[in-house]
Order: sequence, then structure tokens, then C-alpha cells
Amino acid sequence: MIALLLRDLKLAFRAGGGFGLGLAFFLIVTVMVPFAVGPQSSLLSTIAPGVLWLGALLACLLSLDRLLALDWEDGSLDLLATAPLPLEAVVTVKALAHWLTTGLPLVLAAPFLGVLLNLPMPGFFWLVISLLIGTPAMSVIGTFGAALTVGLKRGGLLLSLLVLPLYVPTLIFGAEVARRGATGMEVQTPLLMLAGITAATIALLPFASAAVLRINLR
Amino acid sequence: MSIAAKANALWEYANPRKFLETSERVLPFFWIVSTICIVVGLIWGFFFTPDDYKQGSTVKIIYLHVPAALMAINCWLMMLATSLVWLVRRHHVSALAARAAAPIGIVMTLIALLTGAIWGQPMWGTWWAWDPRLTSFLILFLFYLGYVALWEAIEDPDTAADLTSVLCLVGSVFAILSRYAVNFWNQGLHQGASVMRAGAVTGADTEEKVSNVFFYPLLACIIGFVLLFIALVLYRTGTEIRARRIKALQARERVGG
Amino acid sequence: MIPDLGKYADAVLSSYAVSIALIVALVAFSVMRGRKVRAEMEKVEQRMSRNG
Repeated sequence: MIALLLRDLKLAFRAGGGFGLGLAFFLIVTVMVPFAVGPQSSLLSTIAPGVLWLGALLACLLSLDRLLALDWEDGSLDLLATAPLPLEAVVTVKALAHWLTTGLPLVLAAPFLGVLLNLPMPGFFWLVISLLIGTPAMSVIGTFGAALTVGLKRGGLLLSLLVLPLYVPTLIFGAEVARRGATGMEVQTPLLMLAGITAATIALLPFASAAVLRINLR
Repeated sequence: MSIAAKANALWEYANPRKFLETSERVLPFFWIVSTICIVVGLIWGFFFTPDDYKQGSTVKIIYLHVPAALMAINCWLMMLATSLVWLVRRHHVSALAARAAAPIGIVMTLIALLTGAIWGQPMWGTWWAWDPRLTSFLILFLFYLGYVALWEAIEDPDTAADLTSVLCLVGSVFAILSRYAVNFWNQGLHQGASVMRAGAVTGADTEEKVSNVFFYPLLACIIGFVLLFIALVLYRTGTEIRARRIKALQARERVGG
Repeated sequence: MIPDLGKYADAVLSSYAVSIALIVALVAFSVMRGRKVRAEMEKVEQRMSRNG
């Protein structure tokens, strides 16, 4: 398992592996927002938590089609399926690798982009916390979507269409935590809900992803 | 007849030929009765019910809005059930019925959303509000779109049936989650403001509040929509079975020739 | 004939029009596709039986 994780990480960091693309996308989206809505700092600070959450979500989405497609193309996915490692573990490791290369950098970058959007001071802490808890769910759900569309030639757009509705609960609770944190309201309920969703998706969704992958590899 | 025998009798309809024969026999009944119910319900509701003292004549929209909304949800439930049957018992008819139902669900959701918007304009002064109920339906609409798109995208019919079934199961869980999330989210935004609004349009509330004058035509419409849904599903499933058979025959032709 | 709908006539009539149009379109589309597929199946089946 660890060998597989290391391999995935190495592939991602290698030139052309796509590491950093999501991060760059996150930066660009955030920079574009003031151009679109105007530079008033009061407006920006109101929408900052939501914009940063949406940006992170889209950046995550953007990197999903590379999650399994490369392994599918060069046939290593077939090898992994016949390996002694259960497929459930394989998809979990894939999701973990995706989170480490995409989700975690987004979490770390978010506070700096928060400065650009005039995020209120107490918001930084809760933004990072909510993203830290929410992005693993996005990776796991994304792996499910990637497994669904892995055999398709132009699966990218379909992948977004399938995954975005599944992101709704995570986005709602996550952005709610960040928003409430920024305005100094209590955040316990949405935070617990967000953590619950993440825990449940990590525990259950790999089984669905593995089942779907088996169907696609048939 | 014992329960097991009855269950066996039910599974007989999983045979495509048997399904086609039976559905052909019962379809005229469903078409005719559903048309009668809807026409009677709508005419009754439109011409012979009084205006609501608060909502004026807009209350007449209820005869379309509520049945469509009901069917939008029930259609998804039916797809969930048939997807499970396909995954467990591998009956092709079941998977094809789910495929046949999805576009009906899309249209029903669309009707519910559109009539809701048209109703909301004079009542709330806005076409659209991010009310939990409205938002949930919009999300349901997105789920339907994704489901249909996945069916269309995959070439191999069995793979498509498997994948869409899993998507339907996972999607159902997330749809319920979204429903709760949306409830929470809007209360978090403006407390209580939506409760009265939602109460004015919900089926449960209106059935309590609205007297029999409105209820019977509404009931006729609901029965009509249910029967129309059944008729459409049976008919469209038949079409899917035939389309599938064409594919199979053509494949055999290619192999033979 | 048409009852007095008051100031909400537009809303009521347009929602009826939209809904009925959508339902009719759905039924028409289903029936059209059904007919086409059925005819095609018969054609293919005949060809099959002729060729053995």
C-alpha cells in the first residue's frame, strides 16, 4: 500500500504529473473574482469564505480526470486489480494520493488567497480547519466519479456533471463553517456535520468506487 | 397461492417477452384512465373550484404543481428500487425501466420547478428564492441530468446499467444528505423567513388547510399523474427492450455475416 | 366560459400552458421513438429470418 502511495506521489511530482496545476487554478480563480464583482473590500470580505471554498472545490474537480485515467491508459490499473491488494484499498490510496497532491496544497494556500480577498481575521483559522476537514471528502467523492467515468474517452465534462451534485453537502457545510467563523458566530454544528460527512464518505464510498472500477475493468 | 409462488409470479415479468406482452395488454387501460383522471381533475380544478381567499386564483396551479412534485420524487424512488433489483437479480427489464423512467423524472421536476416559479412570482414577489424546498428540487434535477448523461455516455449496455445503478444508489444517499444540508443552510441564513413561505406551498400543509373543495380535484390529478407515469414507464421500457433487441440482433448479424 | 382569474390570470394560464406542453411533448416524444424503434425491430427481425 505504501509502495503504491509513494509511486502515485512520485508520478504526481514528476514533470508533467500535473502537480501544482490545481494550485495555479485556485490562484487564478481567486484573482479573477475581484475583477468580476468589483474591488470594494467590504463586499470581498463578505464573499471571501464562499469564494475560497468554491475555488478549492473547482480546483479539486479539475484534477480528478487525471486521478485514474493515466493508470487506465497504460494498463497499470489492470495490474492493480489483479494484485493481492484489494481494490478497495487501491482506490483509498488513490484518493489519499490525490488529497496529498491537490487537497493539502489547496488548504495551505487558502489563507494567502484569503488575504487577497480581505477575509476577516477570525475567518482564517476556520477557513483552514473547514478545508482541512472537507477536502478529504472531495478527494474520496472525486475518486468515485473518476472510477465511474474511467473508461470513457471524453469523460471530463461528464465527470464534473456527476461529481458536482455529490459535492453539494460538503460545500454547504464547509462554506458555512468558514462563513460563520469569519463573522464570529458559533461553528460547532456545521463543523460536526462536515466532519461526519467526511468520515462517512471515507468509510463507505471506497466500496462503491471499487465496485464501479471492477465493472469498468470487466 | 403462497408468498413464494406469488413472488415467483412477479419475477416472471422480468422476462422481456412476457413483459412486452403484458404491458401491451394493460397499457391502453393506463393511457385511458390516466388521461380521464388528469382531464377531469384539471377541468374540475380550473373551472369549478373557488379562489383561495389569500392566494386568489393562483391556487389553481396546485393541480399541476403538487402532482408533478410528487412524481418527481417517486420517480427517483422507483429508479432506486429497479436499480437495486438489477444489481441483485440481474433482470434486464429492471435496468431498462430505470433508464426509461429518468427522462420522465426530469420533465416532472421541470414542471414542478417552473410552475413553482410562476406561482412564486405573484405570491412571494420573486421567481426564485433559495428556499430549502426549491433548492432541493434543483439539486434533484441535477442528479437526474447526471444519471441520464451517464446512460448516454457508455456504449456497453450492461456496463451502463451497472454503473448507473451504483450512481443511483450513491446519488440517493447524497440527495438525502443535500436535503438536510439545504435545510440547515437556509435556516442559517435567515431564520424562519422561509418556514411560512414553504408552508404555503407544501403538499402536506395545503391538504390540511385546504378544504375538500380543492382536495378532490387535486386527488384526481395525483391519481392521473401516477397512472400516466406508470403508462409512460411501461411504454418507454418496451421501447428500450426493443432497442436493445435490435442491437443484439445486429451484433449477431455482424458475427454471422 | 373561462372563469374570472382576476389579476393572476397570467400566472395560472402560463403555468397550465407550460405544464401541459411539457407533458404532451414527453408523451409525443416517447410515442414517436417507440414507433420508430418498433418498426426498426420488425425490419431487422424480418431480415434475420430471411437470411436464416
